[in-house]
Amino acid sequence: MTLLKEPDRGTPAQPGPAVVDVEVDGIPVTVPAGTSVMRAAALSGVDIPKLCATDSLEPFGSCRLCLVEIDGRRGTPASCTTPVAAGMKVRTQTPKLEKLRQGVMELYISDHPLDCLTCSANGDCELQDMAGEVGLRQVRYGYDGENHLGLEKDTSNPYFDFEPSKCISCSRCVRACGEIQGTFALTIEGRGFESKVSAGGQPFMQSECVSCGACVQACPTATLQEKSVVQLGMPSRTVLTTCAYCGVGCSFKAELRGDELVRMVPYKDGGANEGHSCVKGRFAFGYATHPDRVLSPMVREKITDPWREVSWEEAISHTAARMREIQAKHGQASIGGITSSRCTNEEVYVVQKMVRAAFGNNNVDTCARVCHSPTGYGLKQTFGESAGTQDFRSVAQADVIVVIGANPTDGHPVFASRMKKRLRQGAKLIVVDPRRIDLVRSPHIEAAHHLQLRPGTNVAVVNAFAHVVVTEGLVDRSFVDSRCEGYDEWAEFIARPENSPEVVEEVTGVPAAEIRAAARLYATAGNAAIYYGLGVTEHSQGSTMVMGMANLAMATGNVGRDGVGVNPLRGQNNVQGSCDMGSFPHELPGYRHVSDDAVRAVFETVWGRTIRPEPGLRIPNMFDAAIAGTFRGLFVQGEDIAQSDPNTAHVTAALEALDLVVVQDLFLNETAKFAHVFLPGTSFLEKDGTFTNAERRINRVRPVMAPKTGKHEWQIVCELAQALGYPMDYSHPREIMAEIAALTPTFAGVSFERLDQLGSIQWPCDDNAPTGTPTMHVETFTRGKGRFVPTSFVPTSERATRKFPLILTTGRILSQYNVGAQTRRTANVAWHPEDVLEIHPHDAEVRGIRDGDEVSLASRVGRTSLRAVLSDRMPVGVVYTTFHHPVTGANVVTTENSDWATNCPEYKVTAVQVSLRTTQREPAVVD
Amino acid sequence: MPVPPTVRLANEIAAQFHHQSADRAAAAIAQHIRAFWEPRMREELLQHTTSTPEALDPLVVAAARLVS
Repeated sequence: MTLLKEPDRGTPAQPGPAVVDVEVDGIPVTVPAGTSVMRAAALSGVDIPKLCATDSLEPFGSCRLCLVEIDGRRGTPASCTTPVAAGMKVRTQTPKLEKLRQGVMELYISDHPLDCLTCSANGDCELQDMAGEVGLRQVRYGYDGENHLGLEKDTSNPYFDFEPSKCISCSRCVRACGEIQGTFALTIEGRGFESKVSAGGQPFMQSECVSCGACVQACPTATLQEKSVVQLGMPSRTVLTTCAYCGVGCSFKAELRGDELVRMVPYKDGGANEGHSCVKGRFAFGYATHPDRVLSPMVREKITDPWREVSWEEAISHTAARMREIQAKHGQASIGGITSSRCTNEEVYVVQKMVRAAFGNNNVDTCARVCHSPTGYGLKQTFGESAGTQDFRSVAQADVIVVIGANPTDGHPVFASRMKKRLRQGAKLIVVDPRRIDLVRSPHIEAAHHLQLRPGTNVAVVNAFAHVVVTEGLVDRSFVDSRCEGYDEWAEFIARPENSPEVVEEVTGVPAAEIRAAARLYATAGNAAIYYGLGVTEHSQGSTMVMGMANLAMATGNVGRDGVGVNPLRGQNNVQGSCDMGSFPHELPGYRHVSDDAVRAVFETVWGRTIRPEPGLRIPNMFDAAIAGTFRGLFVQGEDIAQSDPNTAHVTAALEALDLVVVQDLFLNETAKFAHVFLPGTSFLEKDGTFTNAERRINRVRPVMAPKTGKHEWQIVCELAQALGYPMDYSHPREIMAEIAALTPTFAGVSFERLDQLGSIQWPCDDNAPTGTPTMHVETFTRGKGRFVPTSFVPTSERATRKFPLILTTGRILSQYNVGAQTRRTANVAWHPEDVLEIHPHDAEVRGIRDGDEVSLASRVGRTSLRAVLSDRMPVGVVYTTFHHPVTGANVVTTENSDWATNCPEYKVTAVQVSLRTTQREPAVVD
Repeated sequence: MPVPPTVRLANEIAAQFHHQSADRAAAAIAQHIRAFWEPRMREELLQHTTSTPEALDPLVVAAARLVS
């Protein structure tokens, strides 16, 4: 499409029905109460000139350009700050207003460089537009007096410039930073003529700015401008698509000039993000065209051989021949595949179909195994569906927000901004995390409770919460009696003294009074919502904890309406979708067990192959079987298991034992070092399909450019299946989605056409919910009755010892994404050039470690080196690092421990020792 | 001597059900193993119930009888 310019109605929409009748320039319009005159005018088709107003921000009333006359009222009020009243008659164009507006514009222009023809915002400048709109024909004031034209440009940020000489002090950037992003990094410094936008008196790069781009988006001039626009010029066309970073799944306008991507701009109608973005989605897309990308297929006989570029035909026929050879020698179950949560639903679907129908086994798993597989298990057991309960908008109705084992401002920043907005409005916050995440105390936000528990004691804490609810009479009996089952047995269990806050205090380290107060707050404050991340799932009791949270929500009636629920914050863009698509070895698409004869029969009819009724191998089981010699070939779609999976020594041994490793990826990643075939993949800018975000929202991913490899990933998989003798042929991904919809009841109403009509759809989508389901379990749970499951606390076997006295926990930061394959190939490295070890000053002091020292980090399985940063974010005895850089190899030290139900690795608890390094840094080694 | 993965995993599952009666726990463990374990893993576990039962939680041994 041509460049999409979304309408800007000046002030935000007001909730409620349209009930107020007004007239604007003789045109009648009916709007909700509280609507501004400016917005009412826009809705009637009359655009009032404006500069400081934009409909993503609350009205401010500073530019004086939007003045109107209202019958029966004196003066010329600002239309942006004047609410409508019944019967109001508004005039927006009168000689008096014309004169006033021209006077205002003259003043603005008198202190603005008139370099429009060479300005980067030429054609996209609201000041320029308004000058034309108000009919400005002369500026009586010259540049002789004092002005701001000589102010220095700040180019410190890698993605945008700040050119204060072009600033009109409308405060849109300052307000965007506060109201939308919630960071409050910007301010108006000085008064009167001295007023100027400031990032706290520092260059942007040294300031609190998080580079979300909200200020750039809000700026009406070229004052805040993307560097790419400065370099490439204004884009001329738009492709609507979806971000490929975290599980928020933001909608973006990819804006191009010819075939060159100029910028990514958040889409106002995007259901997940509603016009907001973060530094990754907004700016960090350069990896897609990075020279490191491999664009031709390659093969080699041994992993010590050099790669040999081959044609697609040779790569596919070679791979198929090797797979069939292995199966002939070692059995049908000797090969398998791993799907990627970064790929589209359609790409994932065809891989699992290839495994089940062409390989003839169920050895398919997905990278969700190492992040949110306990979510799938735990929510299915209790609620009946392996998905979160709410849409993101729901948080605006929450009275209490509980954040457990998640760091939304870093991991899910766009959702965090929604959450922070609600917290600034007065909702209470409870944070359960060993680390003092930013949310605990940030501008205008302070957690009511921060339960700084010891790593590995989540279940003890959630049980203690529930103990308080049950023993203090805080249970919502009406909800429990009508909607749930298993309550009496669970209540008897949870009321036992062993689950009391006083008893668990010793193991969790959280004062009993703090747990009691937090539990009371959760149970009594009205709408209470739980949001959680990998700090819940990546534990030996990850699944138990998910069920524990579900129990708590059911006991307090916090399920089935806006503002409540149990909400996983998914790590990758399509974790939800990859799981929905049947990537788990025990489930066909739609979370239906392979042992279900009726379900298998449906798939067998369409696929024309018999499906095995037994579950296949999970990723860790594949590694074990590889080492045992019974599993010999692996197809890996877009996952760097050698870097991301725990206990690197074990993973490496498994990969080395395989006869065939096929990697389909953008880059020669760590796993590719063990590969025999490399099939180059496509970036999200080349993909055509759908992603499903953490709120079950299916969004279209539209190709911005043709595949640089010459083929779509789904085509490659289909060709491989065909080479294996299984006919798998689609002419377009919409046909794959049509097959998914035909076979998966929760997707029954989904199609590319419907997605294009509605913008996005939250599954379940069927005849009962043709436009999707924002909130789940409203009348009944998916499984009928919500099921209480007793959740006994079983401490992890990973404990601090004399040899390894500290506990390591891991996480991620705002500017980097997972193993960094994408973000390390962008300017985001400016914020995070290396992984560091955060260590409490006390733990550092007793080891003679100072801030910035090189330290050795050792566990019972391996050791690595990195730089120490002294921080009191963690309690004494706990250290923290990220895993974005392969050179650090954080997973060299993580162990084989895993969640009992799903085998999700226990990344969050590793006993380690930290010591000062006195020699040069060494590569990570396994012991 | 490293603990075989199937033994470790089965014992970890069993630990979650100690709060239940032995019969219920064994049934729940068996059900879980049937639902999530690939046949090779189940076969290996069954072999361990005869070759190294002492390495297994008694609930696992009881559950294995139900799996088979």
